[in-house]
Amino acid sequence: MSNILQVNNLTREFKSGSKVLTVVNNINFGIEEGTSCAIVGPSGSGKTTLLGLCAGLDRPNSGEVILRGVNLNPLSEDERASVRNQHVGFVFQTFQLVPTLTAIENVMVPLELRGEATKKVRVRAKELLEEVGLGDRTHHYPTQLSGGEQQRVAIARAFINQPKILFADEPTGNLDTETGEYIEKLIFDLNEKQATTLVLVTHDLELADKCDRIIKIKNGYVDADILKTLPEVTS
Amino acid sequence: MSWSWVFKMAWRDSRSNRRKLFLYMAAIIVGVAAQVAITSFRVNLNSSINDQAKELLGADLEVERNAAFQPELQTYLDSVSSEQSKMLAFTSMALFPKTGTTRLSQISAMDGGFPYYGTIETEPINAVDTYLEEYGALVDKTILTQLELVPGDSIKIGFITYKISGAIIDVPGQSMANSFFGPRIFIPLDGVEDTGLLERGSRLEHKTYLKYPEGTDPNVIEERLDVMNDTMDFRFDDVAERREEVGEAISQLSSFLNLIGFIALLLGGIGIASSIFVYIRQKINTVAVLRCVGASSNQTMAIYLIQATAMGFVGAFIGALSGTLVQLYLPVLVQDFIPVDIELFISWGSVFTGLITGVAISIIFALFPLIAVRKISPLFTLRSAEINLSKLLSVTTRFILFGIVGTAITGYAWFMINDILAAVFFTLGFALCLLLLGGFAVLVMKASRKFMPSSWNYEWRQGLANLYRPNNQTTTLLLTFGLGVTLISSLYLTQDMLLGTINFDGEDDLPNLALFDIQYDQNEGVNSIIEEKGLVVMQNVPIVTMRLQSVKNIPLEEILVDTSRNARRWALTREYRSTYRDSLVETETIESGEFIASVTDLSNPVPISVSSDLMEDLDVVLGDSIVWDVQGIPISSYISSIRTVNWQTPQPNFFVVFPAGVLEPAPQFFATTVRTTSPEASLSVQQKIVQTYPNVSAIDVGQVINTIREFLDKITFVIQFIGLFSIITGLIVLAGSAATSRFQRIREAVLLRTLGAKQNQVIKIQVIEYVLLGVMASLIGLVLSVGASALLGYFYFDIEFIPNFTILGIEVVILVLLVVIIGLLNTRGVHSRPPLEILRAEGV
Repeated sequence: MSNILQVNNLTREFKSGSKVLTVVNNINFGIEEGTSCAIVGPSGSGKTTLLGLCAGLDRPNSGEVILRGVNLNPLSEDERASVRNQHVGFVFQTFQLVPTLTAIENVMVPLELRGEATKKVRVRAKELLEEVGLGDRTHHYPTQLSGGEQQRVAIARAFINQPKILFADEPTGNLDTETGEYIEKLIFDLNEKQATTLVLVTHDLELADKCDRIIKIKNGYVDADILKTLPEVTS
Repeated sequence: MSWSWVFKMAWRDSRSNRRKLFLYMAAIIVGVAAQVAITSFRVNLNSSINDQAKELLGADLEVERNAAFQPELQTYLDSVSSEQSKMLAFTSMALFPKTGTTRLSQISAMDGGFPYYGTIETEPINAVDTYLEEYGALVDKTILTQLELVPGDSIKIGFITYKISGAIIDVPGQSMANSFFGPRIFIPLDGVEDTGLLERGSRLEHKTYLKYPEGTDPNVIEERLDVMNDTMDFRFDDVAERREEVGEAISQLSSFLNLIGFIALLLGGIGIASSIFVYIRQKINTVAVLRCVGASSNQTMAIYLIQATAMGFVGAFIGALSGTLVQLYLPVLVQDFIPVDIELFISWGSVFTGLITGVAISIIFALFPLIAVRKISPLFTLRSAEINLSKLLSVTTRFILFGIVGTAITGYAWFMINDILAAVFFTLGFALCLLLLGGFAVLVMKASRKFMPSSWNYEWRQGLANLYRPNNQTTTLLLTFGLGVTLISSLYLTQDMLLGTINFDGEDDLPNLALFDIQYDQNEGVNSIIEEKGLVVMQNVPIVTMRLQSVKNIPLEEILVDTSRNARRWALTREYRSTYRDSLVETETIESGEFIASVTDLSNPVPISVSSDLMEDLDVVLGDSIVWDVQGIPISSYISSIRTVNWQTPQPNFFVVFPAGVLEPAPQFFATTVRTTSPEASLSVQQKIVQTYPNVSAIDVGQVINTIREFLDKITFVIQFIGLFSIITGLIVLAGSAATSRFQRIREAVLLRTLGAKQNQVIKIQVIEYVLLGVMASLIGLVLSVGASALLGYFYFDIEFIPNFTILGIEVVILVLLVVIIGLLNTRGVHSRPPLEILRAEGV
């Protein structure tokens, strides 16, 4: 199987006054299509920065990210946005719903952006909301929903464009254990159903353990890369 | 790019914000309303002037001369038309025997015919037809009302007592303002010489009005009169010229009002810019999410551009409607100054311009935050950070945006006032004002951060901290409110400054009654009446009338036909009223040369002193020779000194002063000034003098000041009415800016209450914040207005400006109260409800 995501010599630095802080330091890895991979590490280890770089939300200082065979480096912001719209889904720790849109409208956004017919999109969004158990809350605004419900709307939004790869940043970090488990199940089920590649950033090792592969990050380096079906490979 | 999604998103995203957006829209509504009202009114006015052009003059041609017409001129006029009407206009005292009141009046002695176009409106209506036959008088309605007189009462002019036939309500081509400086009185021309006023030194204006026969070409007559005018001293006006003069004056007034109204619109623009800034700041996360799921930078910008445009359009539409309504009220405001009846109609051109301007201002001012939207990174979904939107814009982008705004403002101002230089200065002045206000805002924020006394109690510290905390309203409030205050306060202070210069009434050393046109044989008599009444003559000045015969040895006729001359016509042809004395008076200072007190040798040219203003208009320099025609006798003179004269005092001042020893034998009359002790004493001496010497005119300084004050009040009211739009816009923008921060304020208030703060502590913090903001906005506005007034006084009116601290103090109190009320209204309903309920309700 080919790699859907390839990261080569990726480095990201931040300037803080006269100091240069290297948050992601010369990282290399590839993720095979259809697999799930958890990026774990303590707070401040650089895992969210790495996720941002992989999804084309940020630009590296050096190195490259190749997503579905497309090198993101030379692409403009708008070209990257287009790549995300076509192939990428997102689930965030803080849900990131648009507060002025209803649940169903939030879910519809990615397909509407493609210019697809509203009626068709609305039907698809309704199906997805039903799938995540919110069929009766389609016209509620985010503030009228609980945290778990908001995250379910976010999951429905993430899957509506049938992404080839889903990036999830601490998807259960803001939820209680029971709701968290429900959300985990939803993500993995939809992932399996749609044969999506899953890249998950978490510090919850139990959640990471459910993935096919775990990349441990420490101080901006890959500390360990564990393939669940293979013996551990230490970098 | 999927435009349908962009429009859909713009619509959906605005749903929960429309209430907030309405306040920003209101700023545009008021600005556009002011614009549309004024421009529509201008269109109405111009159209009325065109329609009533002939009524403006009342005839096809008016010829005027301050002596009887030369036979040549009269013959020519007779050849043009047989329909002629003559008028003799002069200023004289009128006595109302019923009340014993005297008043310096503008007398017009008329014969039949005039006006040929339009009618003189009187009360009773037929008085205009009967007064000539019954040998009566028409008198301004205002003075009749003031003195409680009615038609049938009498009025004495000179030696003749006329019956008042009716009250003058409206004269074609004249506005109410014409009667500000003395009531208008119409009497029959026939027998006017019996008043005894014509020979006794009064200035007479001989006027003839002509109605052309069918098919007359006015241009031919104008050309002929122009040629005759080169050698003969008279003035003439035809319909086209009068229309142009009136149109020009009105266009200047409306341009000025337009600019004041435009400031309201610009304030609205600043309001839009600042509120969209705050609005976008709240939308950063939404934009980041949309960018994350694939929206392009143009799409996200377009969402908010559509919202701003729609807001501008709806605001401009409502504004245009309201402006059309306000337009109905404007004629009431200015009718006293306008010589035509204004016909009202909707000016679609103005409405359309208003719509375009409203939308353009909304878009142009929203460009700053909108361009910043393009720079919002999708990364903000992962890392929430406090973002300064304006810092997202590069220096070049900012420079270009300021360029666009500056060009747009200048362009519009140019379109309004038709003078590119004035438009550039308007923009620069506006920019400077904003720069100063903005700079002050930065200073306030820095100072409040630095100067935070730890000894102050909690409420004061929080109130002060609110001035610089994120999402503060300091800049918005200081800019919008400060600008409004600057504008209105400048108007007040300038008005006060102008009134101050003429308010001599309370000053003991200045005269308050001036008597003119006292004949040589009356001088002794007038002086003794003054002394009998127990008053003291302050000045008794002889006056000799004379005309120019030659200047720099060139005869006047030659100078007049010289088209390359620099000397002004009025200065060459006027009748000079000069005096002679051996010393300067306190209103004069010698600028250059030597003032020569007296001469004994009349064979040499007489050394005279000329006022500095006249030097320029006569195009002469020190030492130049002038030959005067003193009532038939030539007198050679040379300019030995140049005087600066303070004309703003109520005593007689002169262009030309002769030394003692020359003019004493010439026919002369006198002007006398008196200091009276009370209005009653003034009235009593005036009555006695007018009854004994009807030709003597009296100017009661107190009365003149009242008239001027009344006049200025009316004008400033018009300006303030338009200026009020700026204040309203300022308040709306302030309310808008307060509403934008409502959620944050409420969260803070709720948080404080959750942590145990009492209701009045929370209110106190807010009151302190708004009082501080109000005081600072008012103070900076007032400081700027004092500066502006001082500059106006120095450069334009040539007056030293002393600010009136009472006015300033009252303004500060009112303004601060307004700010506090708006601020508190903003958090209404928060204090009595449970914290959680509020947070839920305000959540979306």
